[in-house]
Amino acid sequence: MNPASITRLDLVLAAPELFVLAATCVVLLVDLFLTERTRWLTFVLSLLTLAGASWLTTVTGFSERTVGWHGTYVADPLSSLLKIVAYGAVAVAFLYGHGYLQVRRILKGEYYVLGLFALLGIMVLVSANSLVTLYLGVELLALSLYALVAFNRESGIAAEAAIKYFVLGSIASGALLYGMSIIYGVTGSLELGVISNAALQMPAGQIGLLFGLAFIVVGVAFKFGAVPFHTWVPDVYHGAPTPVTLFLAAAPKLGSFALAFRLLAEGLGAVHATGWQDMITMVAVLSIIVGNVVAIAQTNIKRMLAYSTISHVGFILLGILAGTSQGYSAALYYTITYVIMSVGGFGMVILLSRKGFEADSLEDFKGLNARNPWFAAVMLMLMFSMAGVPPFVGFWAKLAVIQAVLNVGSLWLAIVAVALSVVGAYYYLRVVKLMYFDEPTDEAALQGGGGAMRIVLSLNGLAVLALGLYPGLLLELCARVIP
Amino acid sequence: MIPLSHVLLLSGILFSLAVAGIFINRKNVLLLLMCIELMLLSVNFNFIAFSHHLGDLAGQVFVFFILTVAAAESAIGLAILVVLFRERRSINVEDLDAMRG
Repeated sequence: MNPASITRLDLVLAAPELFVLAATCVVLLVDLFLTERTRWLTFVLSLLTLAGASWLTTVTGFSERTVGWHGTYVADPLSSLLKIVAYGAVAVAFLYGHGYLQVRRILKGEYYVLGLFALLGIMVLVSANSLVTLYLGVELLALSLYALVAFNRESGIAAEAAIKYFVLGSIASGALLYGMSIIYGVTGSLELGVISNAALQMPAGQIGLLFGLAFIVVGVAFKFGAVPFHTWVPDVYHGAPTPVTLFLAAAPKLGSFALAFRLLAEGLGAVHATGWQDMITMVAVLSIIVGNVVAIAQTNIKRMLAYSTISHVGFILLGILAGTSQGYSAALYYTITYVIMSVGGFGMVILLSRKGFEADSLEDFKGLNARNPWFAAVMLMLMFSMAGVPPFVGFWAKLAVIQAVLNVGSLWLAIVAVALSVVGAYYYLRVVKLMYFDEPTDEAALQGGGGAMRIVLSLNGLAVLALGLYPGLLLELCARVIP
Repeated sequence: MIPLSHVLLLSGILFSLAVAGIFINRKNVLLLLMCIELMLLSVNFNFIAFSHHLGDLAGQVFVFFILTVAAAESAIGLAILVVLFRERRSINVEDLDAMRG
């Protein structure tokens, strides 16, 4: 067979990616001819792109693990699930952000185009089966996000956040690449399957493999925003325009999960017990501790949610470090529920803000119940879910992760996780207290979003409750897609 | 014939220099961009050395991808730097303290 040939299977395998790439280029071109009044067309086209991509992903869905593009690309149930969740997260981010950007006169086509390119990066990452594809996915995602953070050119703090994100993110990519180069040298291949086999043949504690692995773990932890590589998270969440924060808090976490799963579990699963388990344990425990404790001291809700993200990342890593199928599916479940909760949380921040006013301080949530009881209830559900209070979905996610950790015999990890969740409950419940028991300082009606956004945000809040009341469905799905 | 270990040592030194440059430099953001570039180039060294040693072309192909991505990365980095300079009139690393993390 001609090594340069592309088969029909290859095209079917990457059909969603090819479609998103082509459609994004169309959106980019169409946007050039639009004025501020007709910019809704970009928004509609972006949503259509996402709808088309989800249709393609569903119809071309592979129930078996299928490898194409000469071993660099894989489609399996896991990739389909992650992609579909990513489409949803991006669509919701576009929808929530639309009104906010319009009111501030920063509704540019860039938001959608860069968002779609970031999505493409996530898709490539999710379907990667070789170090090259992984790296390209990581970079496409990261480069789009750097530009998105800086896309409000009038804001000094956004530019500062972007440069911090850029520098730290580039160090992370550098570390990841250095690790990849060592792994390539030691195992002699870029393909994850071959790497995995080569690693199995090696004696435990092979120094070259561990050396490369250490750099890879640093890179993965950086991309996740886990302690001690978390310094960019609060600043970027704080400095970026709220719709961008919402975007980068949600879908890219799916990409980070895929990166960790493909690289550590599929590629380097052989050095789990003798290699990365201890490294990830350290990172996970530190993330849970630092995230939950430092969040208490925050007065800015975006920063508070940033530290809460760090603690959630710690929980996701807990599932991954277990190294069992149960652990990976718990981590996947946690990631998906986290995405649902975080779009809701930042959606509320957008809803409360209005022209010339950013509702990014905790004080702005004071007396929300008196101003709008329904959205106060939505926020209550989201906060309870993030804190891990039953019957909301966050509880089941935490439970699944802790069960996975207990099953590999790490009792102390489970105790740390539970104890710190209780600490974390304090700052989530503080928001609830502000909403229900304090007098409002601001009597204006909520005007941060249109009707469509309000409906979706309400559904978002209800989804957290519904998935919590019927956790079996999603849990089973997550267990089924992990081989 | 240069032995593999020499090349790996060189790339290791370059990588460490780049990381040290990023963390020690408190003056200029442009220097950070240069250090990032150096970091990626040291990785390229590694890939080429391994690729030659293993007799496998894939590593060299990877280098082309890294070079392309590095170009895109500097373009975006410089663009952000221009925005930053227009807002702050300074690209001093020490002035990047509007947010306390």
